[in-house]
Amino acid sequence: MKITAQEVAHVAALARLELDPEMTEKLTGQLNEILDAMDKLNELDTSSVPSTNHALELTGAMRPDRVSGGMDHDQALANAPDSDGQSLVVPKVI
Amino acid sequence: MASAYHDLTLAQARELLDQGEVTSRELTQAMLERIEAVDGQVRAYLTVTPELALDMAEAADELLAQGQGGPLTGIPGGIKDVLCTQGVTTTCGSKILENFVPPYDAFLVKQLKEAGMVLLGKHNMDEFAMGSSTENSGFFTTRNPWDLDAIPGGSSGGSAASVAAGTCYFAVGTDTGGSIRQPASHCGVVGFKPTYGRVSRFGLVAFASSLDQAGPFTRTVADAAAVLQVIAGHDPSDSTSAPRKVPDYTAALNQGVQGLKLGVPQEFFATGIEPEVEAAVNKAIAELATQGAEIIEISLPHTEYALPVYYIIAPAEASSNLARYDGVKYGLSLRAENADLMDMYLTTRSQGFGDEVIRRIMLGTYALSAGYYEAYYGKAGQVRTLIKQDFLDAFNQVDAIVGPVAPTPAFDIGQRVDDPLQMYMSDICTLSTNLAGLPGMSLPCGFSGGRPVGLQIIAPHFAEETMLAIGHAYQQATDFHWQRPEI
Repeated sequence: MKITAQEVAHVAALARLELDPEMTEKLTGQLNEILDAMDKLNELDTSSVPSTNHALELTGAMRPDRVSGGMDHDQALANAPDSDGQSLVVPKVI
Repeated sequence: MASAYHDLTLAQARELLDQGEVTSRELTQAMLERIEAVDGQVRAYLTVTPELALDMAEAADELLAQGQGGPLTGIPGGIKDVLCTQGVTTTCGSKILENFVPPYDAFLVKQLKEAGMVLLGKHNMDEFAMGSSTENSGFFTTRNPWDLDAIPGGSSGGSAASVAAGTCYFAVGTDTGGSIRQPASHCGVVGFKPTYGRVSRFGLVAFASSLDQAGPFTRTVADAAAVLQVIAGHDPSDSTSAPRKVPDYTAALNQGVQGLKLGVPQEFFATGIEPEVEAAVNKAIAELATQGAEIIEISLPHTEYALPVYYIIAPAEASSNLARYDGVKYGLSLRAENADLMDMYLTTRSQGFGDEVIRRIMLGTYALSAGYYEAYYGKAGQVRTLIKQDFLDAFNQVDAIVGPVAPTPAFDIGQRVDDPLQMYMSDICTLSTNLAGLPGMSLPCGFSGGRPVGLQIIAPHFAEETMLAIGHAYQQATDFHWQRPEI
């Protein structure tokens, strides 16, 4: 077994997810099945293979900062669950 | 013209508009009536925008009356609900974005509007584009117009089904592991995934940033070229957008296949392919040979590793991208009385995301977590190099690759919902293209048990013209793209 129910609960906490016991159990089974299928990659010796994080090597995407038009407060806050018109409002942190 | 407006191709509709035989308003009204008539069964649309569409159509008619306008002026189309449309709800098929109204247009939506499109609405999809059937949509499952018991494919299932059902002349979807090509194949339409970086991702709600790419759905290859012409191009707002000139795609259509070398990867036929699918694809390849293409058997030896590589890299990127849904800035926010910030995060995300999205966030978080990063994400990145190298080696020998899109035709609704690994197998022939950043296309080439089968064409980076030439040559000699489902 690759991942225990306890580890699933730990990963859920890292991902800011709350799982009920039934979901934890179901996911533990499914994740183990998927991770077992991933073992296939260990058939390959990749000790001297570089990693690809992007398929195309693009360069020159950087440019100097410049001021351009942006959204005003009303637009930026239009989808906010709660705001005071200037800032987003969230529940207490501590 | 004898056929109904909804049976036309984009080019045919363009011709009628240009000749003044129909107005955009009439065409748009006819498409809205078509949606009214059949979308209750197909359910391709999450949102229909009739008033906006008619306004856009009237503006288009004014331009056309003055002899002005762009390539899409007055043409009604639909957009996958993962692409931001200013003022029109964009849900990504998720409850967590059920009421999200974007304050801006995606770059490609802006391009389409500048080219004159009429927006009919937003197409259904698997939640956050994670799935192969639309069964993961947070709202409902789209049905396949050829057989209402079958899935339309996914994740851009609404877009493919809509083009097949004649409820738009074109659609724009996205493809992260096959999400344009597989539903196009299952619905008997053309689906075109350009090279990574060819079309801007600005305003495309991110799933896996190193793999996502938007592209058109149409009935013909020529129509796909026309839409690609509009959405391709450099966008300074997307740092992965390619600063390259956009060629004349329509001019590429008539190049023919004479003298082209086409590689057939044996690995694409080894993965539990259904005999009728294999027969249809082989017949299509034989047709291309008849027209003068040289068919060469090739090998992409690391194909079998694409599935595990993809299901590490895509969830890893997704787990990071989807961290933004926290109930603070937009979207669902569940705040119980006296709850603190952490409670809000946990409740909002757990109730807002569907099961598949939670599964992939969990998988991705695990693969990136301390102690497992090298074994999973690190290893997957290295094997991705090998998969890409397979293609580069193949393209030293051949101009393009041809084969199946999916090993089976559309499966029944409900058949694979409880078996994620089996569901993931739907994309076995398409995943490697995204990992290598290559362009790929699906076009209709037959049927298996009454359900459409697609031929896949894959070309080197930025060789979209070669794909269009091959696809158009095939459609000149065959009539699968003229067949319509009985709906």
